[in-house]
Amino acid sequence: MKKRITAILLHMELIIMSLLVIVPVIWIVLSSFQEGSGPSSTIKLSKLTLDNYRRLFAETNYAIWFFNTLKIAFASMVLSVCLIMITAWIMSRMQFAGKKASLMTIMILSMFPTFLSMTAIYTLFLTLGLVGKPISLIIVYAVGAIPYNTWLVKGYMDGVPMSIDEAAYIDGCTKFQSFRKIVLPLSTPIITYCAVSQFMMPWMDYILPNILLSGDKTRTLAVGLFALINGKESTNFTIFASGAVLIAVPITIVFIVFQKYLVQGISAGADKG
Amino acid sequence: MNGFVKRKKMIGLSLFFWGSGQFLIAKQRLKGFIFFCMQLLLVGLELFSGYWIEYAQGLVPDFSIRLHGGFFTKGIWGIITLGEKLGGKYGDHSTMLLIKGVIAVIVLILFILVYLWNIKDASETGLQIEQTGTCMSSKEYFKQFYNKRFAYIVLAPIGIAFVFVVIMPIVFSVLTAFLNYNRDHLPPGKLLDWVGLANFKKLFTIPIWSHTFMKVFVWTVIWTLLGTLSTYFFGMFQAMILNHPLVRFKAVFRTILILPFAIPQMISLLVFRNLLNGQFGPINQILLKIGFISENIPFLTDPTIAKVTVLIVNLWMGFPMFMIMMLGVLANLDQSLYEAASIDGAGKTQCFKTITLPLIFQATSPNLIMSTAANFNAFGAIYFLTQGGPNNPDMQFAGSTDILISWIYKLTLDQQMYDIAAVMSVLLFFIVGAVSLWNFRRTVSFKEL
Repeated sequence: MKKRITAILLHMELIIMSLLVIVPVIWIVLSSFQEGSGPSSTIKLSKLTLDNYRRLFAETNYAIWFFNTLKIAFASMVLSVCLIMITAWIMSRMQFAGKKASLMTIMILSMFPTFLSMTAIYTLFLTLGLVGKPISLIIVYAVGAIPYNTWLVKGYMDGVPMSIDEAAYIDGCTKFQSFRKIVLPLSTPIITYCAVSQFMMPWMDYILPNILLSGDKTRTLAVGLFALINGKESTNFTIFASGAVLIAVPITIVFIVFQKYLVQGISAGADKG
Repeated sequence: MNGFVKRKKMIGLSLFFWGSGQFLIAKQRLKGFIFFCMQLLLVGLELFSGYWIEYAQGLVPDFSIRLHGGFFTKGIWGIITLGEKLGGKYGDHSTMLLIKGVIAVIVLILFILVYLWNIKDASETGLQIEQTGTCMSSKEYFKQFYNKRFAYIVLAPIGIAFVFVVIMPIVFSVLTAFLNYNRDHLPPGKLLDWVGLANFKKLFTIPIWSHTFMKVFVWTVIWTLLGTLSTYFFGMFQAMILNHPLVRFKAVFRTILILPFAIPQMISLLVFRNLLNGQFGPINQILLKIGFISENIPFLTDPTIAKVTVLIVNLWMGFPMFMIMMLGVLANLDQSLYEAASIDGAGKTQCFKTITLPLIFQATSPNLIMSTAANFNAFGAIYFLTQGGPNNPDMQFAGSTDILISWIYKLTLDQQMYDIAAVMSVLLFFIVGAVSLWNFRRTVSFKEL
């Protein structure tokens, strides 16, 4: 009997929590199919419409924002993964004077949010004439990703035994060959983590793209969505809902698919950093 | 000529003409040539980016560094003066001058490093000649260099990019803290000046600034601690429940409960902002309809309620991460520990207190610290939900829920108080730096050093 009461209580708690989690999610999804424009407490299941999605593409630059972000996300992912892997490999495998000092420096810098130096980054790219061009953001993302991820990947590569490298050297491998043919293939999980997290970041990053790419045609998705809803809740809510659903669904799916890597990566990052 | 004289001569030559000692005396032609090229590059950069040659020919009657200086001289002039002439197309732009100056100084430092390396190399090669009577050829040197200094060669380009994109902006921010860079002095309309510690003084002595700073700082600390601990312990609680042997459909509940972690935070926050809206938010409407309340609850507009709201929404978004991690820990717990404990007569509570809790804590404490640091800088969690509001007239450009980082953002973008924002960034840098250094010593130093 006591067992039964416990079981009922446990399931009740889980059901209540699940409702608390899922109701806002269902609400935003259904809102995106509603008529009218403001947030509403009464969802009419009988009158679902795709109108908001149509208006999203007809009246806003959603498609342009989407491709802007896709370009930036892809380029910054490729560039940053290359930079991170090389840096981490050197830090993990080579001994050189100043290694400890540089690891320490990037460790402290990795705790410092990039956007605190936003005025400086803006002035820098203004001086270089790159404000409004996606390349500026790609550079900041790719280089800015080095400190934190170097620690993470270095920790992982330290776990790949040195003896494999040494055997390869004896067989006549050069340093780069041992990197490409041994260390890289053995680091696939952490590369996956870096690539996925770097790819996902630009979709919802707000501050830097807002400063560097402010024109309506050069915006990224996060900036565009925020501009769409901020201060215009009663007129644009359902359009915003459709835009939010359209981007949140793929990101959520990517997250669930790569969940194992992401959770491991976060734990490892905390461990090393 | 004996070795000692040769060495002295080599250093002497290389002091003035880079690589000339290596080239003429040690016969390391290629190496000497490369050093010399670096010197040519340095001098050429300065000469051809300015009007030095015209000046030498007497073609520039009224020479000034502002108009005719080269990359380095004009850069340094820019840092010192921040511009002298106002106005229009031909006026000076102080912040651009500052950033160009900082770039010039960094490039100059890189060249100085090459110069020092050149002298050190001359000295070492000389020593080799002194001791053995001969020295290696350029080719041998480069081969040896590649093998011994491999790490530096690979890291140099990445390091240089890092210096310009990450370190240089931080240097610029720190310098901004000593300028009068605010909405009354905006380049290119106005010139900036160095004001020393005036901005720091302003922040700590003018009551409204110091008062706001203290209030925001205290709330930042409360927010960080409560925000982290609530998600941590609620995540633990939820993991315990989900892990209970009596629970069925674990996979279903787990997948639902992980959703807030998977959905992009910005979207969640904007959705909650609308759900909780004080005038037409659905939550208020429903509560009104069922007669639970008689007027709208100002979830986001009452100073105290707004603080509670941001903490609760943060809990909604944050607990799944800890829940997932602790489920992982719980799944890997050694069951024999519990068997041994129950043989020794330990009850369930005792088992939990002495076995489960310490093990979970040990496995997740790095995440706890990391999450604390993240919450300290959780710009989005505040800005997208309340934008720092409700506004508080007692505070200088800050709202009741503003944390340091969102206040800095507002001061920069809305108020254009770049100087005060920079002062605060410097303070933040010291706080965060100190904490992370402590954390570093705690974790890595024990494991590796």
